[in-house]
Amino acid sequence: MSDCADCPAHESLAQMGLKLDKFDRVVALAGNPNTGKSTVFNALTGLKQHTGNWPGKTVTRAEGGYEFAGLRYKLVDLPGTYSLLSASQDEQIARDFILFGQPDCTIVVTDATCLERNLNLVLQVLEISDRVVVCVNLMDEARRKGLEVDTRTLTRDLGVPAVPTTASTGEGLRELISTVASVIEGKIATAPHRVQGGGEFQRAVSELLPLIEDVAPGLPNARWVAMRLLDGDLRVRQALESGDLLKIEARQREAGQRFSRKMALEGAQ
Amino acid sequence: MTPNTEHSTGALLQRADELRRNLSGNFRDQLVQALYADAESIARRAVQPVGNRRRDWDQQLDRLVTSPVFGLPLMLALLALVFWLTISGANVPSAMIADALFWIEERASALFDAWGVPWWITGFLWHGTYRGLAWVVSVMLPPMAIFFPCFTILEDLGYLPRVAFNLDWLFKKAGAHGKQSLTMTMGFGCNAAGVIATRIIDSPRERLIAILTNNFAPCNGRFPTLIMLATVFVAAAFPPAIASVVAAGSVVMVVVIGILFTLIVSAFLSRTLLKGEASAFTLELPPYRRPNIGRILYTSLIDRTLFVLWRAIQTAAPAGAAIWVLGNIFVGGQSLAWQVANALDPLGLLIGLDGVILLAFIIAIPANEIVVPTMLMVYMGVGMMTDVPSYAALRELLIGQHGWTMLTVVNLMLFSLLHNPCATTILTMWKETRSWKWTTLGALGPLGIAFLVTFTTAAVARLLGG
Repeated sequence: MSDCADCPAHESLAQMGLKLDKFDRVVALAGNPNTGKSTVFNALTGLKQHTGNWPGKTVTRAEGGYEFAGLRYKLVDLPGTYSLLSASQDEQIARDFILFGQPDCTIVVTDATCLERNLNLVLQVLEISDRVVVCVNLMDEARRKGLEVDTRTLTRDLGVPAVPTTASTGEGLRELISTVASVIEGKIATAPHRVQGGGEFQRAVSELLPLIEDVAPGLPNARWVAMRLLDGDLRVRQALESGDLLKIEARQREAGQRFSRKMALEGAQ
Repeated sequence: MTPNTEHSTGALLQRADELRRNLSGNFRDQLVQALYADAESIARRAVQPVGNRRRDWDQQLDRLVTSPVFGLPLMLALLALVFWLTISGANVPSAMIADALFWIEERASALFDAWGVPWWITGFLWHGTYRGLAWVVSVMLPPMAIFFPCFTILEDLGYLPRVAFNLDWLFKKAGAHGKQSLTMTMGFGCNAAGVIATRIIDSPRERLIAILTNNFAPCNGRFPTLIMLATVFVAAAFPPAIASVVAAGSVVMVVVIGILFTLIVSAFLSRTLLKGEASAFTLELPPYRRPNIGRILYTSLIDRTLFVLWRAIQTAAPAGAAIWVLGNIFVGGQSLAWQVANALDPLGLLIGLDGVILLAFIIAIPANEIVVPTMLMVYMGVGMMTDVPSYAALRELLIGQHGWTMLTVVNLMLFSLLHNPCATTILTMWKETRSWKWTTLGALGPLGIAFLVTFTTAAVARLLGG
C-alpha cells in the first residue's frame, strides 16, 4: 500500500453490532455451508454469532451492521446452501431474500479449497442479481493445500469482482467491503456470467424471453425467471401472476435512479 | 394489473408449461448439468496447483475415521474418552466449590440468626433459594467446564459431520433422511437447536421424523445429570482403579441406547404415521481445521457453560424456593412436598424410581438441568442431612436413607434419556411444525416410551432379583 491514501480501502470501517435502526445499504451474505460465512459476518459486524465447523449450522437469518466510508450497512447472513433450486426451507430463505429482500449487493462467500463446487451457487446467484461480489475465502487453507486461486481470472470469467480473503485473520475483508461499496455505487460495472447449457436448454429459455419482456419490460433477471418457469417453480409463478415480481423490480429500478441522482448531485458539489 | 399484462402473463405461463412438457429430458437436470459444466471450466481456469506438495493426510484420516470397520468403534472410544476426562476431572473441583458455597450458606444463615431475622426468611432465602443454587453450581459447573470444551474441540475440528457420515446408513435403513444424523448430533448440544436444525431436511415427512425423535439425543442439560449419576453411583460400585472408566462407559451406553431409540422410533414412524421412502442427499465432509483455542474457550465457557448454568440457576432458584415452601408447610404432620411425593410414590416405584424423583421431573419441565438438584432438595428437606455434601454423603443420603438401589440409578439414567423434552424444546417443536398434534406427540410419545422402558427394566430386575 503506498500512495493511494484517498482510495476507498483507506476509509474507516466500524463494527456496529446490532445497532440496526438506521442504515443506508443492505448487503446479503450467501454461500455454501462451512465456507466461513459466519466468520466473515462476525468479523464485519463485531457480533459473536456461534461459528461451528459443520455444514448447516446457520439455518436462520442473522442480521448485523457495519459502517464504512460514512455509510451504514446492514449485513444479512443467509443460511448456508449448496444451491437455490430446491424447496428446502434453508434454500428458500436464502433465495427469497436475494430476490425479494432487495439487497443492494450480495456477497457470495466461497471456499478457495473447493472452488468448483462453490461456483455452482455463485452462478445461480448471478442469474438472479447482477450486484454480486464473490468472496474467495479460506485462502490460507488453499495455500496450505498448494492451490493458487487467480482471482483476476475469476473476476473476468464471472463478470463480477472476486476478492480473496482469509476471514479468520481478517485478511482481505477491507477490500471486500470497499468492493461491495464500489459495486453498489456503480463504480465497478458488472456483467454477470450467464449459464450456457445445451441447445435445447438455450432454445427453451430464449423462446420465453420475449414473452417475459411483454409482461415485464426491462426485467433484469428475465433469464432466471424463464429458467424457474421451465423448472415448474410455483413460487415464481405465483409472484408473476400476482404481479409481486414486477412491483419489486419497479421499486428496485426506482431506488437505482434515486441513487444515481444522488450520486450526480454529490459529484456536482 | 391491467387486462393486457394479465393476458400476456397467461400466454407466458402457458408457453412455459408447453415447453417444459416437450423437453426431451428433465429441465432441472439440464440446468444442473449446465451449472456444473460452467463451474468446472471457470474453476479450471482460476485454480492452479502449485508444485506437488499435496498433503493428503486428511484424506487418510478420513479413510480411518469414516471406515466401515473402525468408524463406529472409534466414535464410541472418543465419546468415552471425553466422558472419562469429564468424570475423573470433575470430582475435586466439585467438592471444593461445594465446600465454599455451603460454608457461605452456614455463615450467612448464622449471621441472619444473630441479627434476629425471622427463621422463615432465613430459611426461604438461604436454605431454600441459595441452597438450590449452590447445588446446581457445585454439581454442574465442573463437569460442564470440562465437557463443553472437549465437545467444542470435536466440533471445531470437523468431527461431527463425520459422526453423521458414520450413522447415515442406519438412518436410511430406518426410512429417515440421512441428514437426520446431523440434526441428532446437534441435539447432543441442545434439543431445541436440533429441532431448528431440521430445516436442512427438505421433505416434510422426514423432517417431522427428525423433529419427533431429536429428544433421544441427550442434550447438554441432561449430560450433567447422567455424568453425575455415573460418577457418584456407578463408579462407586467398582474398584477405584477402573471406576471412572466404568462410569464413562455407562454414559456411552446411555448415548448408544439413545441412538438406538432414535432409530427404532424413526423406523416405526416411517412405517406407520409417516410412511415414505428415504430421499437421497449428499453430505459434505468439511476439511479438518485446527481448532482455535481462544474461540473454543469462549464458545464453550461463555456460550455453553454459563448459558446452561444461567438457565439452570434461573429455574433452580424459584424451584428451590418453591420446594422450601412445600417442604415447610406441614399438613397433618407431614410437609406438602412429602405428601405430593407420597402420592406419586406408587407410580414411581412401579418403574423402579420413587415419588420424589417423579416430582423432581415435573418441577424440572422448564429445564432438565435441575432434575438432580430438585430431587436432592426434596430429600434433604425431609431427611437429616444438613452437612456439607460430598459424594460419600450423597450416597449415604440416597442409598442409606432413601433406599436407592442400582436399579434406581439405571432407571433414572434411562428415564432422563427418554422422557419428555424440556419446555423450550416443546415450544420450538410447535414453532417449527405449527401443529398441536405433532407437538403433543413429540412431548408425550417419549414420556410414554420412558415409562414403558423403565417399567420393563424394573419388572425384569424384580424377577431376577426377587
